[in-house]
Amino acid sequence: MSAATLASARIGVITFPGTLDDRDAARAVRLAGGEPVSLFHADGDLQGVDAVVLPGGFSYGDYLRAGAISRFAPAMDAVVDAAKGGMPVLGICNGFQILTEAHLLPGSMVKNDHLHFVCREQVLAVENADTAWTNQYAAGQHITIPLKNQDGQFVADERTLDELEGEGRVAFRYVGVNPNGSRRDIAGITNAAGNVVGLMPHPEHAVESGFGPEAADGSRTGVDGLGFFTSVLASLIRA
Amino acid sequence: MGRVVVEVMPKPEILDPQGKAVVGALPRLGFTQFTGARQGKRFELEVDGEVTPEVLQAAREAAETLLSNPIIEDVVRVADASEESAGVSA
Repeated sequence: MSAATLASARIGVITFPGTLDDRDAARAVRLAGGEPVSLFHADGDLQGVDAVVLPGGFSYGDYLRAGAISRFAPAMDAVVDAAKGGMPVLGICNGFQILTEAHLLPGSMVKNDHLHFVCREQVLAVENADTAWTNQYAAGQHITIPLKNQDGQFVADERTLDELEGEGRVAFRYVGVNPNGSRRDIAGITNAAGNVVGLMPHPEHAVESGFGPEAADGSRTGVDGLGFFTSVLASLIRA
Repeated sequence: MGRVVVEVMPKPEILDPQGKAVVGALPRLGFTQFTGARQGKRFELEVDGEVTPEVLQAAREAAETLLSNPIIEDVVRVADASEESAGVSA
């Protein structure tokens, strides 16, 4: 972006039919200091935003496969083009599933190995702190953010997994508990350029004291998710 | 009206949690002879008129792009439904 101020960074949040966490994502952008812009799945115009968040939920009811139908929404054609041009894109939970269906990220998500919906405060290790969405964290840092999903088991063939590991493209790994049977405890990945990141847990639910996970200094004071949104603002200013 | 059947199965190397749940439940009902179960999907696509080779080709393309995810699933069958065996043996 040209103007190097936080407040002028416009972060689009796309709402699909069945999206649930668009308001939380917009709120997270605002709390980090950016300007959230509401975008609609049927609209192919991204309104000149500097970055895009694909929020969580159950787009199109997840009826065919999670994220499968959203991939063909007009807004996603624009997102795929922009992502290939370097625009930062973050997919959270259902958004991560959409990014894999759109082939912006490799692998896929299948039903949790235990078949149950899971909702917990999840510890993650930040494995790659050089992406557009993780640069305000330190490599190896542990963060706690909520996780809630039913189709959260990340799978890919061994060659793809080896590639992801070898190229440092595992962005987040589950710590302590692997909540869904994901291969190699992978919670989130990035593309080679580091502008597209997807993960199953929800950073946008841990951005304001009083609403986030439990933390050492008190009940619900955890704000570990805010770093995603300050990271993208920092990366836009550097660009 | 013609009908095309598309069948999609999880890839063999992908753990199929639903199939695993089924194979766990079978012996509890007394079905002890089954050692494995995989759960897939069957789609029935309807068209006006006959199922032509062009219709079948379009169904194959739909199967590869939308109806299946090649990362986790295989398209195991695309066929004219009228060519399925009419009777079910009892």
